[in-house]
Amino acid sequence: MNWETVIGLEIHAQLSTKSKIFSGSATAYGAAPNAQANLVDLGYPGVLPVLNGEAVRMAVSFGLAVQAEIAPRSVFARKNYFYPDLPKGYQISQYELPVVGKGALDIVLEDGTRKRIGITRAHLEEDAGKSMHEGLAGASAIDLNRAGTPLVEIVSEPDMRSAKEAVAYMKKVHTLVRYLGICDGNMQEGSFRCDANVSVRPQGSDRFGTRAEIKNLNSFRFVEKAINYEVARQIELLEGGGKVVQETRLYDPDKGETRSMRSKEEANDYRYFPDPDLLPLEIDAAFLAAVRAALPELPDAKAARFVAHYGLSEYDAGVLTASRELAAYYEEVVQRLGGEPKLAANWVTGDLAAFLNRDSLEIGDSRVGAAQLAGLVGRIADQTISGKIAKDVFEAMWASGHDADAIIEGKGLRQITDSGAIERAIDEVMARNPGQLAEYRAGKDKLFGFFVGQAMKATQGKANPAQLNDLLKRKLAGP
Amino acid sequence: MSAPLHARGLAALAAGLAKREFSSVELTRHLLGRLEAAQPQLNAMVSITGEAALAAAARADGALASGKAGPLTGLPIVHKDIFCTEGVRTTCGSRMLDSFVSPYDATVVANLKAAGTVMLGKANMDEFAMGSSNETSWFGPVKNPWNPAMVPGGSSGGSAAVVGARLAPAATATDTGGSIRQPAALTGVTGLKPTYGRVSRYGMIAFASSLDQAGVIAPSAEDCAMLLGAMAGFDPRDSTSVDAPVPDYTAALATGVKGLRIGIVKEFFDKGLDAQNGERLRAAFAEFEKLGATLVDVSLPNVGLSVPTYYVVAPAECSSNLARFDGVRFGHRCEDPKDLLDLYKRSRGEGFGAEVKRRIMTGTYVLSAGYYDAYYLKAQRVRQLISADFSRAFERVDVLMGPTSPTPAFELGAKTADPVTMYLNDIYTIGANLAGVPALSVPCGFVDDLPVGLQLIGPHFSEGKLLAAAHAFQQATDWHTRIPKVWQ
Repeated sequence: MNWETVIGLEIHAQLSTKSKIFSGSATAYGAAPNAQANLVDLGYPGVLPVLNGEAVRMAVSFGLAVQAEIAPRSVFARKNYFYPDLPKGYQISQYELPVVGKGALDIVLEDGTRKRIGITRAHLEEDAGKSMHEGLAGASAIDLNRAGTPLVEIVSEPDMRSAKEAVAYMKKVHTLVRYLGICDGNMQEGSFRCDANVSVRPQGSDRFGTRAEIKNLNSFRFVEKAINYEVARQIELLEGGGKVVQETRLYDPDKGETRSMRSKEEANDYRYFPDPDLLPLEIDAAFLAAVRAALPELPDAKAARFVAHYGLSEYDAGVLTASRELAAYYEEVVQRLGGEPKLAANWVTGDLAAFLNRDSLEIGDSRVGAAQLAGLVGRIADQTISGKIAKDVFEAMWASGHDADAIIEGKGLRQITDSGAIERAIDEVMARNPGQLAEYRAGKDKLFGFFVGQAMKATQGKANPAQLNDLLKRKLAGP
Repeated sequence: MSAPLHARGLAALAAGLAKREFSSVELTRHLLGRLEAAQPQLNAMVSITGEAALAAAARADGALASGKAGPLTGLPIVHKDIFCTEGVRTTCGSRMLDSFVSPYDATVVANLKAAGTVMLGKANMDEFAMGSSNETSWFGPVKNPWNPAMVPGGSSGGSAAVVGARLAPAATATDTGGSIRQPAALTGVTGLKPTYGRVSRYGMIAFASSLDQAGVIAPSAEDCAMLLGAMAGFDPRDSTSVDAPVPDYTAALATGVKGLRIGIVKEFFDKGLDAQNGERLRAAFAEFEKLGATLVDVSLPNVGLSVPTYYVVAPAECSSNLARFDGVRFGHRCEDPKDLLDLYKRSRGEGFGAEVKRRIMTGTYVLSAGYYDAYYLKAQRVRQLISADFSRAFERVDVLMGPTSPTPAFELGAKTADPVTMYLNDIYTIGANLAGVPALSVPCGFVDDLPVGLQLIGPHFSEGKLLAAAHAFQQATDWHTRIPKVWQ
């Protein structure tokens, strides 16, 4: 039987507010345990939550960015359960009335087609603290620094049909929240993570299969692997005559498998009810207009502009707009060059991207700045150096931090455009290789490349390639 | 000869302090002596903080001497032990918080501290404010100063008994379903529950967040007005507190009741009301008529559903509010927990008393999947209906009047066996909490040597009007000046 995979994601994005969602404590990562937990975070008797307006603004900006309905009135609810890292015995979240309603965003599939993924809702909630059990015999330790950190939980429709689509969607949301400046997107620190709801059904069926929820996936790679494992597990189960049970599963990255955490029967009854300590969240037209006016240019719009304005391919535009910083870097290169958008795009998506990747650096930490890259690309454009030499110059720039011109001059890499000098080099090569010359002239055209290589070598690669080609062709043809 | 210090109202005491007739230290020492002496008989206090009180009184005297005093500077008061007090044990009447020392002051406490009041100690109360007789306290029942065989009412039984016996000129209290008004009625003093949101709930240990409101218990409406002015106001730390200016309640006292339209709530004169109690109330209504008010019969058709509605909403909220008492960070923790579940079960099992457990279980049940709609949602809808009844009534009248409680104080132990009988004590008071409107109880006579209370209920933010009406009544009567013989 052919099976169809159905995936929905619940993405938790930690909002990059300075203080927590319901208290004035700082949210910075990496502080000493419990250094950022005040009486409100500790759930002391008598304390009350006060909503952080900045968290609301951030959630609303996300909603606007995915063309979602923003609820004029949403309600905070208590999700009740006991756990030591949940100080109040309940998590403040939004349940029946979330701040962000139905929206959508588009992903680009491998074959280049676009697919719209529905967003069911996005709501504000507080994070819990952390329990630590390692190295503590018979005891657990609790760090409440994270307790009360604002999260926006983005729930998708079950619109994805493969792990690759799920990853593309998650990457798109990741790009979006960083564009909006509402989440640092740091997955290792847990600032951006997701739960995946996965089910399979016979191809063509219009009913969903029973789903399993894989919790707390904090890398794109894990999302892909966990979903693929889970899909294979469910298909094997069903083909063997078994049944998928609705349950929560955990992905073990070491073993590359998911395993059961708890079944539906064991699931908590969270006894949600509206939090009487917080008034309903009311959002008026003026607030919406202000948030809308402050939205940056979003990735899709920027990519479309890059295609239209710079004549880039959709693919290149997509790569360049994957982060706001990368797009800004690219535009600075083009602006300083005063043109050459395609050449600049090739360099940013090519050598620069490769070196960043090799050294695991973000664009903001690039060893070659936008102005420097513009300097290099400019020297290609004005034919001071060839594209090939430019690669060596770039590598030297990366290593030394020097500008392109300094390296070109210092190493004498300036391109030879003097025909006399090139001709002399060609003459030498022809003189040194009479046999090959004869063969070429006898019709073995393939040897042209050999002569190009030899002549280039003779000029230490500095000959202008087009000029070299022309002269060589003429000279080889004979007097 | 002037009255002894403990028999004077706040205004008279403030005047005495201002004229340096006596010092705050003298006044404080006098009252501390009475509190200590009364403790074996009344058990009204959980903590008496004598040393800190005398230090605060000395500071107040300094302020008075240097002309930096406000109207409340140097006046001693007692706080209900539900308010967090920095560096002072805050028990909420529970074993769970037997040794809990709060690291911060509740906003009410901070406001009154800033106004220069002197805290004498913390008043006993029903455990987590759950009770109508002060018999659920881990620290033992409070006795009624009019008759120690009787309950003082609850949950603010300690605050009411302290004021009734004139051990302090005023006390803070809280009211979720009648916990200020009912004990005030049963001990012959004045008690005001303000509009929901008028006084900050920050630092007031939560029972039922949508109903809890802090207020005052004092001999007279005039005393209540003085204290409320200093307590009330918007608090950025309480999202449900209302950002509205605090009027000068003392100045409003002189308004009188001439032309006041008083609605007599028909449903409150049911068969549950003690007949003699009813007679005292009718006499009080006549007094108001004499003062120039007009009486109108008013119906609140859904108010009869108050008790069952309340006993869904309040337990639901309490089941969640009290989840934080888990033995992990503060409060009672069982010995040698085997594992996490054992820690939870025994810490909570040992820390909470029977009534608190009953309400946590009821609340957990009504919020559970499959029951939520039938109980919690239904109760919320009825709450809306009750609220609407009040709004409609206030289109026709300025204030509503009726009994505060069905009977005068009852004997200790008389109702502990049957929770529902106990719950019915609040049948006339709960409506105001569900609607969020202010209400006040004033003494209006005696039945068998036990005080009877008259309840006044007004629209949102009508505290000034209620206090003025009560004040006019108290200018014409002397019920509020009566003090039990042994405490004179």
